[in-house]
Amino acid sequence: MSAVFVWIETFKGAANPTSWEALGAGRVVADKLGVPLTALVFGENAGGVAATAATYGADKAVVCEDATLATYRLEPYAALLAKLVAEHAPKAVLAIGTTSGRELLAAAAADTNSGLLTEATTLEVGDDGAIKVVRPVFAGKILAEAVGSPAGTQFVALRGRAFKPNAVNAGATAEVTTVDAVLAEDAIPTRIESFEAEVGAVNLTDAAIIVSAGRGIANNPKDAPGDAGDPAIWKAQDGFANTIQPLADVLGAAVGASRAAVDAGFIPYAHQVGQTGKVVAPDLYIACAISGAIQHLAGMRTSKIIVAINKDGEAPIFKLARYGLVGDLYQIVPALTAELKKRLGK
Amino acid sequence: MQVVIFTRITPDTAAKVEVGADGNVTWGDAAGVVNPWDEYALEEGILQAKAGGGKAVVVAIGPEMHNEALKHSLAMGLDQAIRVWDAALEGSDSLAYATAAAAAVQKIGDVDLVIFGRESIDVGSDQHNYQTARKLGWPMLSYVSKILEVDYAAKTIKVERMVEQGKQVVTSQLPAVISVLKDINEPRYPSFIGIRKASKAVIPEWSLTDLGVEAPAPQTSLVQFMNLPVREGEAEMIEGTPEEQAAKLVDRLLEEKVL
Repeated sequence: MSAVFVWIETFKGAANPTSWEALGAGRVVADKLGVPLTALVFGENAGGVAATAATYGADKAVVCEDATLATYRLEPYAALLAKLVAEHAPKAVLAIGTTSGRELLAAAAADTNSGLLTEATTLEVGDDGAIKVVRPVFAGKILAEAVGSPAGTQFVALRGRAFKPNAVNAGATAEVTTVDAVLAEDAIPTRIESFEAEVGAVNLTDAAIIVSAGRGIANNPKDAPGDAGDPAIWKAQDGFANTIQPLADVLGAAVGASRAAVDAGFIPYAHQVGQTGKVVAPDLYIACAISGAIQHLAGMRTSKIIVAINKDGEAPIFKLARYGLVGDLYQIVPALTAELKKRLGK
Repeated sequence: MQVVIFTRITPDTAAKVEVGADGNVTWGDAAGVVNPWDEYALEEGILQAKAGGGKAVVVAIGPEMHNEALKHSLAMGLDQAIRVWDAALEGSDSLAYATAAAAAVQKIGDVDLVIFGRESIDVGSDQHNYQTARKLGWPMLSYVSKILEVDYAAKTIKVERMVEQGKQVVTSQLPAVISVLKDINEPRYPSFIGIRKASKAVIPEWSLTDLGVEAPAPQTSLVQFMNLPVREGEAEMIEGTPEEQAAKLVDRLLEEKVL
C-alpha cells in the first residue's frame, strides 16, 4: 500500500479543523507521486472522523478505535503509527505540527529511522519524489529550505494556517481499513489523571486575527482605584479587558501581548507572542502600543496584514506594518471598535 | 540517581540574524547565549537532583563553541558537564543527535530524568527532544509547566502539561524525558564564585566511539538558508482624528478581505 498518510488529530471525538489543511497539502504530494491519500484516525469516533476526512479529499482511511487511544498520548499513538509505517512503507506522513502532531511525527520517524521536516510553511515534490519545504529558523528571523530523502518514508510536520484545505465534496467516501492498537494499557507508561480546559482559552496559533498590546497599555487615562495595589498593573489589566478585548470580540480575534507586557505582570504568559512565546501567522495582526523589539517581530512577521498603532511614529513596528496609525491606542482602539460594529453590522 | 539536562549555544535573542553573501548564517558580533528555553531546564535539573539526592549532569552536543553553554551551566550550579562531538555529526540531522544523546545518557548511567528546554531557537526546533526519548525507549512528557510529585524510590512522576486545549495532569513511570516551559521555575543567575569555578573547569569531550554508536545516515538535508522577503517601507500611514483613522483603516481592511 504505497500511499501518503495524513494523521487527523482529534479531541473528544472531533477532528482538529487544521487537520483538513494537512489533507490539502497531502493531496498535492499524493497526486505528484501518483499514490492514494490515506487519512489515519485514532481514538474515539475514529470512524465518524474518517467519513468526514473523505469529504476533505482522503481516498482511504485507516482507523483504530480503542480505549487506550481515546485521549491522545504519545506512547500508544507513536507505537501504532510506527507499526503502520513499517508495514506499509508510505511515501510520506504528514500532520499539522501542533504540540501533539510534532512529537508524534518525531517519535514515529525516530522509531522507523525516517527523516522529518518540521514547521513547513511551503512544500513541493521534486521529480525524484523528494519533498522540499521552507521553514522559519532562528525563531523566524531567517528561512531554511530543506529536503527529504525519497528512498524512505518522508515525515513532514506542517505549520498550521500555512496550507489550504481541499474543497469539500460532500458525497465522497473513503475505503476504510480497521486496525488494532499496538500497546495494551498495562504496557503504556503514562496515565492522564485529569484535564482542565483552559477558561477563555488563548489559541493564538489557530487565530485568523490577533489583537496584541504592549507595555504602553499601562498608559490608561482611567485612574486606578485607591485599593488597586500596583496602579500600572490595574491600568493595563483594565486596558486589556475594556479596550483590547472589545476590539477582539468584534473581530472574533485572539488577544496577544508583547513580552514586555507579560513580564510586567499585565497579562498571563499564554498570550505572549514572540521568540520566547508563540510564533503566529494570522491574516490580520493589530499591534497596539508595541514598539517592535526584534524578538516580538520574529514571532509575528509572517502575518499577512500587520496594522501598527503607536504613539511613536518612529517605532520599528511601522517598518513591518502594512498600515500605520500614529496615535494613542486609548483613542484609536475604541473608535476602531465602534466603526467595525457599525460596518460589520454587529 | 542522576538528572541529565541538554543545552546548547544559540545567538542572543536580540541579535539580528542574517544570511550572508556566502550563504552562511551570521549574527554579527552579537553574543552566543544559552538557548533561552534551556535556562528553565537547567534550573529544574538543579532542583530535581537536590530533591532526589543525586547529581545534575549537563550535556551539549556540538562543536567547541557549546562549551560556553556548559560553563554557564556549571556556574549556575550543575554538578558535571560533558560535551559530545564527532566529525561524523557534522551536517547530520535530528536522528543522529538523538542517537548520540541517548547513548550519552546511557553512558552517564543511573539516570532517572532527562530534561530539555521546550525547543532550541536556532535551527534545532524540538524534534530532537522527542527522538531522544524514543532512542532511549523512555516515556516523553513534553510541555511540562509544573512537576507536581516525584518519587525517585518508587520511580514515578506526576506533572502538569500545557497543551492546546488546556492543562493535563499526567503520571508516568521513571526514567522519563521531559521538556519544560517557561512557567516551571525562576532560573537562578550564576554566582560570582560559580563563574570563577566554571572558568577553570575542564570539560570532557566524548566521541561517538566513546559512546559506542555510529551516526545514522542523514535522511534530510539543508538546501539553503534564505533571508526573509523585505517588507520594509510598504507601510501606508493613515492620518486624521482617531475616528477618521478608524474609518479609513476599516475601508482598507475590507478591501484586503481580511475581516
